[in-house]
Amino acid sequence: MSDAIKAPRSFQEIILRLQNYWGAQGCAVLQPYDMEVGAGTFHPATTLRSLGSKPWAAAYVQPSRRPTDGRYGENPNRLQHYYQYQVIIKPSPANLQELYLGSLREIGIDASLHDIRFVEDDWESPTLGAWGLGWEVWCDGMEVSQFTYFQQVGGHDCKPVSGELTYGLERLAMYVLGVDHVMDMPFNDPASPIPLSYGDIFRQTEEEYSRHNFDGATTEMLFQHFKDAEAECERLLAFAPEDPKSGKRIIMAHPAYDQTIKASHLFNLLDARGVISVTERQAYIGRVRALAKKCADAFRLTEAGADA
Amino acid sequence: MPDLLIELFSEEIPARMQARAREDLKSLVTNGLVEAGLTYASAGAFSTPRRLTLTIEGLTAESRPVREERKGPSATAPAAAIEGFLRSTGLTLDQLERRADKKGETLYAVIEKPGRAAPAIIAEVLEAAIRNFPWPKSMRWGAGALRWVRPLHSILCLLSDESGSAVVPMSVDGIASGNTTEGHRFLSPGRFAVTGFDDYAMKLKRAHVVLDSAEREAAIWQGAQNLAFAAGMDVVEDKGLLAEVAGLVEWPVPLMGRIAEDFLHLPPEVLQTSMKEHQKFFSVKNPKTGRIEGFVTVANTQPADHGATILKGNQKVLAARLSDARFFYENDLRVAKANPSEPMGEWLDGLKSVTFHNKLGSQADRIARIAALAREIAPLVGADADLAEQAANLAKADLRSSMVGEFPELQGLMGMYYARAAGLPDAVALAARDHYSPLGPSDAVPTDPVSVAVALADKIDTLTGFWAIDEKPTGSKDPFALRRAALGVIRLVLGNGVRFDLASTMLLALSRNIIAVGEGHGAPAGFWQSSIKDLTGSVAARAGAIFAAIAEHYQYFRDDIRATISATVENPDSRTSDLLAFFHDRLKVFLKDQGIRHDVIDACLAMPGNDDLTLLVKRAEALAAFLKTEDGPNLLQGYKRANTLLTQAEQKDGVEYSFGADPKFAETDEERALFAALDKAEAAITPAMAAEDFPAAMAAMAALRAPIDAFFTAVQVNSDNQIVRRNRLNLLHRIRAICSGVADLTRIEG
Repeated sequence: MSDAIKAPRSFQEIILRLQNYWGAQGCAVLQPYDMEVGAGTFHPATTLRSLGSKPWAAAYVQPSRRPTDGRYGENPNRLQHYYQYQVIIKPSPANLQELYLGSLREIGIDASLHDIRFVEDDWESPTLGAWGLGWEVWCDGMEVSQFTYFQQVGGHDCKPVSGELTYGLERLAMYVLGVDHVMDMPFNDPASPIPLSYGDIFRQTEEEYSRHNFDGATTEMLFQHFKDAEAECERLLAFAPEDPKSGKRIIMAHPAYDQTIKASHLFNLLDARGVISVTERQAYIGRVRALAKKCADAFRLTEAGADA
Repeated sequence: MPDLLIELFSEEIPARMQARAREDLKSLVTNGLVEAGLTYASAGAFSTPRRLTLTIEGLTAESRPVREERKGPSATAPAAAIEGFLRSTGLTLDQLERRADKKGETLYAVIEKPGRAAPAIIAEVLEAAIRNFPWPKSMRWGAGALRWVRPLHSILCLLSDESGSAVVPMSVDGIASGNTTEGHRFLSPGRFAVTGFDDYAMKLKRAHVVLDSAEREAAIWQGAQNLAFAAGMDVVEDKGLLAEVAGLVEWPVPLMGRIAEDFLHLPPEVLQTSMKEHQKFFSVKNPKTGRIEGFVTVANTQPADHGATILKGNQKVLAARLSDARFFYENDLRVAKANPSEPMGEWLDGLKSVTFHNKLGSQADRIARIAALAREIAPLVGADADLAEQAANLAKADLRSSMVGEFPELQGLMGMYYARAAGLPDAVALAARDHYSPLGPSDAVPTDPVSVAVALADKIDTLTGFWAIDEKPTGSKDPFALRRAALGVIRLVLGNGVRFDLASTMLLALSRNIIAVGEGHGAPAGFWQSSIKDLTGSVAARAGAIFAAIAEHYQYFRDDIRATISATVENPDSRTSDLLAFFHDRLKVFLKDQGIRHDVIDACLAMPGNDDLTLLVKRAEALAAFLKTEDGPNLLQGYKRANTLLTQAEQKDGVEYSFGADPKFAETDEERALFAALDKAEAAITPAMAAEDFPAAMAAMAALRAPIDAFFTAVQVNSDNQIVRRNRLNLLHRIRAICSGVADLTRIEG
């Protein structure tokens, strides 16, 4: 079983190998979504495309932001901006576990040396109105991925079911590369003419954003933007499907969903600023979920989200 | 007799669900087979992370034919009656038998069900079992509609006997049955065929799968102990963790590692909890230092490098986890000690914004109530009132600590460490740790007086609070664990021999709960105080005064809360009586487990002062012991006879015979002897009861048995001489009065 795959030497090499591997498995290798999101799941390629009956297979890197996790670049494992690798296949193939294990082999995790385990972990996203069953995958006691069979998204039953894999890239790469502090991790090949570490690229931004998230961002503005996004989302969905200009039936599910993503990120920022009380928290999450559900409803009426 | 082997092979089944799933598979299938007319000799169920297996031995090859005969109406009955019978049997008229009897001809339906071959039955039963399996949570996958705990990949279903084995043909949602399975995911990939259970278990072992979870548990525990022993250490036993880990591996390989020096100063519970919760590691203790210094992790593989890579990885993850724990701990210690004049002040402040319950206010409000109540209770349990109040004020501070935020199960315990670090008295630290106890029917009851006071106050406030807002447990629903709280009070009181007037204490606690409800629903803070002139005196008097004040200011309470609490405000005593009845129910369950019958408890509950639980139980124990002696049941018979005679006479005569029995009207020696015995018993019982010496009182009562028996044998109570009769009835009254001072014996059964 050890076809002796050469160990990767940098963060980007791990990403590239995952891209090649999942591309070879037939996934469309997409690019990150161009908005601030908390996790790869928020990419419409996952959230919206897991709805309806049309087959789908995509893989992509998604930069993700969790404002409360900022540690000014000092914590060895915690970042307010990090990368997730996301794979979504609908319907989930029978050999998804094998495919996944193949991807680990590809990035240098040899199952004859390591202890790989599927440990129960049910996934739920209260803001997306989504849940699924699956596992966190452990490698030598460390969680390296989340493996989920989506059961519901935006309040809709997933039929067929999508299989979703999420790799926490920094943590996984640190393990594969044997690095103890994320900032010390080689981003490009250390033998490059200009070797760059993760810290060379992100230490300063982690500092800047940590200060921004905890102290800098103007809360009144964020509250206002949240309201605006919420209103805009509902407004876009209220349009009649027939577009008078083109004469086509155009439901603006994706633009509306962008506003949901915005609202979600604004909520995360407000949370980091510490201006949302425990009781308000639930209410805000509920408001974002309501938007997500409406977008899901709308997407189901579009061609891409319909049942074949 | 053939044997049946079933294996349901799937993706990884959550460890916590496996034990229950084994039992469910066994009962669903065996019950189904038996219902369909098959019998079997024995059955066994097994599980690994990827499979549920059932083996059934000595199954009958076909079900017995069944002949059922049903008598119908007469052949000449109205058509509607005959049609009804046909409908209910599913037969036509010409299929019925006619049998001659006295009334003419009667219709009979004879239904014969031929025996069916086992495979057809098995296929049906197994499919039903799969489709109706009671997983706590199940899912769909791919494009299918079948539900299972995780995707189901294959069904092995095999009947075998001496002549060979055959697949039981069936198919569930496109998964066809077969005779193959898979071994260990990494160590022995690929499918293989089996011929029966023994072959299956043996080939699985060869393919690196230990089928029996008990065998895996034993291997893990033995292996872990051997590793620890070789290093001069001990593994800390944890049965729950052992069962969980055995459900995560098919081929267990324990590996031992050391905890880095930097973390050894952390409290052992922190190390243990962090390692168990996050990593599922066993803790390893160094007997020389008494500290947790190592861990055992259990790999699911036989690694090429004997586990060096796996151990290194695990150690690294552990270091990251423990760095977090250390950060939390050190940060918490800093907060706890930050302001010596107000230890843990930051957390206490924070608890003001933590809601305990939306009707009952914040955690800080609740703590203030508990502190006031702990002060009340302190003298009753031998605790210093100031110390009890201080302890109650600090006992829940750790709820805001980072460590408890991370590991809620460490609540209380961290409070103890932080209180000690802040230089607080040890009684305060212990109360932080112990005031949640006892949590169940068998864990230890705190004994330190300050801990007892805070623990009682905490639980009583919880109970009266939810009673105040009418959130009592119903049926199986007890979301606030109120039954557990009541049992906790009972065990604290009995375990420490605490004597107090529970009803009044509850009334006072209830008044404070209602104040909290009011202040959260329209009433200004301290709204009730202006009406209080005097807040001294007994607990009951103060509670009464507060309730009067609340009623006076009830207009402040918002309408939306009135419906919930007006019953309490209008009649607080009935609320506490209701809660007391809840306590008595719990007490009955508790004492029943200790072997005291419910009627014995009822007999004691009927006595005054039944909210003094210690007294109540002392009485019940003495009565139960008394009823076990030879005199007990006999005296009871005598007492009941006296009581019945007396009651009947009183009803008949419309008078109460309660006074004036005079020995001078006694006609027989037995009668005179009973007078003497009653005098003697009374002389002994009265002081014994005053001293609450129930065994002595019961012993004195036991001495009445012989004279009462002799009296009833020799004497006819209902004499024609009315003076003699009245005198005897009045004598019976003395029996009743003396005995019922001890307990209400009419409630004793038998």
